[in-house]
Amino acid sequence: MADNKFAAYICSGCGIGDTLNVGAMEKIATKEGKMALVKSHAFLCNTEGVQMIRDDIANEGVTHVCIAACSRRAKTEAFNFPGIAMSRANLREGVIWVVAEGAAHDEVRQEMAEDYVRMGCAEVKKMIVPGGNVKESSSKRILVVGGGISGMTAALAAADAGYEVVIVEKAGQLGGFAKNLVKRVPFSGPYSEPQATGVEEMAAKISANPLVKVHLNSTVAETAGAPGRFKIKIAQLSDQVGGALAEELVGAIVQATGFTPYDVTKLTELGGGQANVVDQAGLEALAKSANGGAILRADGKEVKSVVFVQCAGQRGSGGNGSGQHLEYCSGHCCATSIKQAMYFKDANPEVDTVVMYSDLRVPGMGEDFYRSAQTKGVIFTKGKVNKVAGGGSCKVDFRDLILDEDTSVDADLVVLATGQVPNAGVNLDDWTAVVTLADGGDEAAKAKTVEMKRGSVLNLEYRQGPDMPQFKYGFADSHFICFPYETRRTGIYAAGPTRRPMDMLQAQEDATGAALKAIQAVENAEKGRAAHPRAWDLSFPKVRLEGCTQCKRCTVECPFGAIDEDEKRFPLFNEERCRRCGTCMGACPVRVISFENYSVDTVGSQVKAVNVPDQFEEKPRILLLACENDAYPALDMAGLQRLTYSAYVRAIPVRCLGSVNTIWITDALSAGYDGVMMMGCKKGDDYQCHFVKGSELASYRMSKIGDTLKQMGVEAERVITHEVAITDHERVAKLINDYAAQIQEIGLSPMKF
Amino acid sequence: MAKKQYAFYPGCSSQKGASASNFLTSIKVMTEKLDIQLNEIPDWNCCGASIGYAEGGELPRLVLNARNLALTEQNMPGMDMVSGCPACWLSSRETAERLQEHSSLLAETNEALKEAGLNLKSHVRARHMTEVLIEDIGYAAMKAPVVRPLDGLKIAGYVGCQTNRPFGIAGESFENPMYLDKMIETVGAEATKYDQKGTCCGGALAFSEPEKSQKQIRDIVEAAYDSGADMIVTPCQLCQANVEIYQSEINKKQGTQFKMPVVYYTQLMSIAYGGSAADAGLNGQLIKAEKLEKIAGK
Amino acid sequence: MSDINSQAVARYKNNFLREVEERVEDGHWVKMCMQCGVCAGSCPFGPHWEHSPQKLFMMIRAGKREEVLKTDSMWMCTSCYNCIARCPRKLPITHIMHGLANYAYRLGLSPKGQPNQVIARIFWNNAIKHGRVNELTFSLAMYFKDGIGQGIKNSLAMQGVGLGLMKAKRLNPMEILGGHTCKDKSGIAKMLTKAREIEDRRRGLA
Repeated sequence: MADNKFAAYICSGCGIGDTLNVGAMEKIATKEGKMALVKSHAFLCNTEGVQMIRDDIANEGVTHVCIAACSRRAKTEAFNFPGIAMSRANLREGVIWVVAEGAAHDEVRQEMAEDYVRMGCAEVKKMIVPGGNVKESSSKRILVVGGGISGMTAALAAADAGYEVVIVEKAGQLGGFAKNLVKRVPFSGPYSEPQATGVEEMAAKISANPLVKVHLNSTVAETAGAPGRFKIKIAQLSDQVGGALAEELVGAIVQATGFTPYDVTKLTELGGGQANVVDQAGLEALAKSANGGAILRADGKEVKSVVFVQCAGQRGSGGNGSGQHLEYCSGHCCATSIKQAMYFKDANPEVDTVVMYSDLRVPGMGEDFYRSAQTKGVIFTKGKVNKVAGGGSCKVDFRDLILDEDTSVDADLVVLATGQVPNAGVNLDDWTAVVTLADGGDEAAKAKTVEMKRGSVLNLEYRQGPDMPQFKYGFADSHFICFPYETRRTGIYAAGPTRRPMDMLQAQEDATGAALKAIQAVENAEKGRAAHPRAWDLSFPKVRLEGCTQCKRCTVECPFGAIDEDEKRFPLFNEERCRRCGTCMGACPVRVISFENYSVDTVGSQVKAVNVPDQFEEKPRILLLACENDAYPALDMAGLQRLTYSAYVRAIPVRCLGSVNTIWITDALSAGYDGVMMMGCKKGDDYQCHFVKGSELASYRMSKIGDTLKQMGVEAERVITHEVAITDHERVAKLINDYAAQIQEIGLSPMKF
Repeated sequence: MAKKQYAFYPGCSSQKGASASNFLTSIKVMTEKLDIQLNEIPDWNCCGASIGYAEGGELPRLVLNARNLALTEQNMPGMDMVSGCPACWLSSRETAERLQEHSSLLAETNEALKEAGLNLKSHVRARHMTEVLIEDIGYAAMKAPVVRPLDGLKIAGYVGCQTNRPFGIAGESFENPMYLDKMIETVGAEATKYDQKGTCCGGALAFSEPEKSQKQIRDIVEAAYDSGADMIVTPCQLCQANVEIYQSEINKKQGTQFKMPVVYYTQLMSIAYGGSAADAGLNGQLIKAEKLEKIAGK
Repeated sequence: MSDINSQAVARYKNNFLREVEERVEDGHWVKMCMQCGVCAGSCPFGPHWEHSPQKLFMMIRAGKREEVLKTDSMWMCTSCYNCIARCPRKLPITHIMHGLANYAYRLGLSPKGQPNQVIARIFWNNAIKHGRVNELTFSLAMYFKDGIGQGIKNSLAMQGVGLGLMKAKRLNPMEILGGHTCKDKSGIAKMLTKAREIEDRRRGLA
């Protein structure tokens, strides 16, 4: 490292110079930080200040820069020096804006600032500029699994943007569920009449597009590799069992495998399976054969009255409050029933059409469609259906929820609005359980894995299992709160009703979004960059395999399934699948995993750089490890709002709480810190963790830290974790102050003595 | 400047010796000062009000109002019809709009009007007095003639129902209309924070459903006291009558000690514009508006 | 059952919604209600309605003809127009309520002697008699609607108010002799008779 030259630049602008002793900080950077070059500037982020740094890089051979100024989240365009390692000491948002004003606080404020300078210098000394991971051959083709509305939309969107697309469709023609519909719910103004599905036009566009290749009657037999280099094997469904598999090389995948209507025969209490009780798909079939004329039942009788039963077997109602069937609302069924009632009214206005609902949910412009149906004379009755009897004359028993009475209505035909069941392949929890048994030598389990793989959509050759993880109710993965198209399988994006229940218009929007994500993925993969949310990041995990104990924690805990195992059972990093969250780094008990610009050492050295006063000074030190996605911005915002918090805290941003290695905590406590706070995103079903599982894993790890603390003779309260949101600027300040008060109460750390 | 001309529809309650005769007294002073000329529609008739529906039905009600519109068209071509009474205004405006919208209804109406020798083209705009003040005169011009600002008076602006709904004043909200407060401030008084601005006083049902209506009136008066008001001001004749008249009843039945004066905005303006208590019709109050009278006596 | 009522029953059989659509003022709006209940929550006399407008609309759709036409619910309308102002579907609820009340009254199904129905009738008749309302005779008619004995009681109860109003020149005892009138009383009467005739023809009530 003979060629490295370290420099620190201290800004005295924005009030830093008025509040802090810049000269003292310069001395610290030189003497303790061992910076070869230390300069201060009254306005570092202006052209002149930035030029000063550029000149030093060009003329003095500076390779590593510590900027002691504002937060690392500010002035990112000014302080942008390609090829240079850089750390940021946060003197503005982190010190002068948050430490109480007045001379009484001068000493602690200056100490805090000096510590941040020490930390910035220590960090940058451990940093290496990532070399990147540019691939010589990276495929930019996009595989779309499923040729329904979602799949066709994604394929056309990607092809329109100039990318080659491969579609794999199970059926003998494109169109999916939509090809069996007479019409679709309106998607353009005035939203009052059903519109043509447009399926034929889309299919024709696809066959005419030279960028799109279609495999019909086909499924995905194997998916291996990573973004930019997925190897896909495609099996023909027809009589070619055992025949040669087609192979395609693609860079990203859109999974648009749609849904299957809930099995209507399971709804026995609602007459499912009885004559003249159909689901919405069944009604489409009847309407299709009517061809615009009077709609006839299966027995040939003309339908003069029809009742639509909403939420049939959905929303945990099971139609009778039994809690059976589907827990959720499928979103499209209200508008679909409205559309189907119009099939009747448009053919013959005299047909009695009743839609029986408990909450009519028509998102988007559906309210106009609802109104249009009312204008046509469709009757909407707010009622809870208790029982449906099918047969020659059907009878619907229901509770009228407005008139609060039990009553019934007769009809020639009853349509049950059943829900969407996602086609999302193998449930990985089930898979893991079976594989564990199979690994233990259970023959039945081995056979079961083969059978389960037959139901797989992607047949991924990942150690985590053949499909994407499933989210709630068996829907394919989605970071549903913040980034709906993101999944835990980098480069693979779910779109349409396989991801969450939705209607056709939503599926089309979804598919367009997924196509764009796929394009980003192939472009990032080619440039060797991470995918969302660190899309600029060229770093990737470096492992000292010689130190690895094959404990498998990294492979198990990686939220993105990026780590396989090689033949010798060492972790095999597929860096194109990696999102650079550092969860593997946090997991590794022997600390052999690090990133070039973010490592056990870059953080560890900061922890150690802090000047911890001895017990006689009675100044506690609190280490704050704050997630850079939500907690650290919230801290910055606390500064912007000039909220004050304790000057005893030393904050270090981390990529994710999942990346926190316990060594940082034990090192801090051994060094005499009086408390360690962690702030990360919400975990659980409604998580807000940008890396999905990071905050959950951190919480799990911290729950196990008690024993270590006990061995050290340190109270359990000295390590705490909080979930914070980006909007919690008031709360973070309060949490810090409360904790500082708590530390005062329990006293200084015994490790100081 | 030439006076602004309007066809005036006083309405039954504003006639001499009727419950809102003092309203008509004060409106005269006010319009004089604001250069407004009100030309009474010859032989105008009752609007039927909203309560007339049981016997009246739809078409007879429309025809009754169409007669006034036709008389305006015929005798005062080009003039807007203006009424101080919300019920008259509502019925007239609703009739005018419905007949403009539905040509078949207009045809039926004219078939009936023919019996009275009239015909309606339905061009007349029916407007409320406050609407005219706000839109044609404006707050600044309303302030100009103030010679005796109502300093120190705290007033709860009670808009009521029909001045406010379903038409209301353009640009004002149904839930929290501000124009009456602004008018109160225009004449130098303070508008209190009054949360029953749009509460129904029971309307015509104050007669037939006294218990239910008096519960409404109690809320209206109580909230005025709670807001620190010296008096209630309203643009509505029925509101004025109900809220003023029934206070003594409520006191008798419920042991309250209500004595909250209820005046018209026109009375405030008459006093502020220099009129005497008599000019403003303050002698018509059952509950004397003493503070206002005191200002008038200065 | 009145003749027009039995004719209506025969004509519309079980389709009360259609009957309302064709015969009640603004009745064609009933099908557009989305059952949110804002009207019910906005009505100043809400607690006194046996069936809220929301419920009435549902009952009409459910064909509950007798129950709807015989209830005194819509007679509770104070014409405050809150429901119209707030209805997210823009239903002219006040007018529909008036229309339903009027239709029930015309069919002879509305509750006899319902006070608000009485006042509505007295007001209208008072207004058209002279073309303008005579507040004194209107008030007296209201007090005496339940017979002479009750009327004297009512008058005495409100005597203080009456005297107060007289003193304030807001009630003129001379109005008993006729009071304000329109000049063209006969024209008004003929015109209204004609209007009723046209409307009855259109509504099938002739």
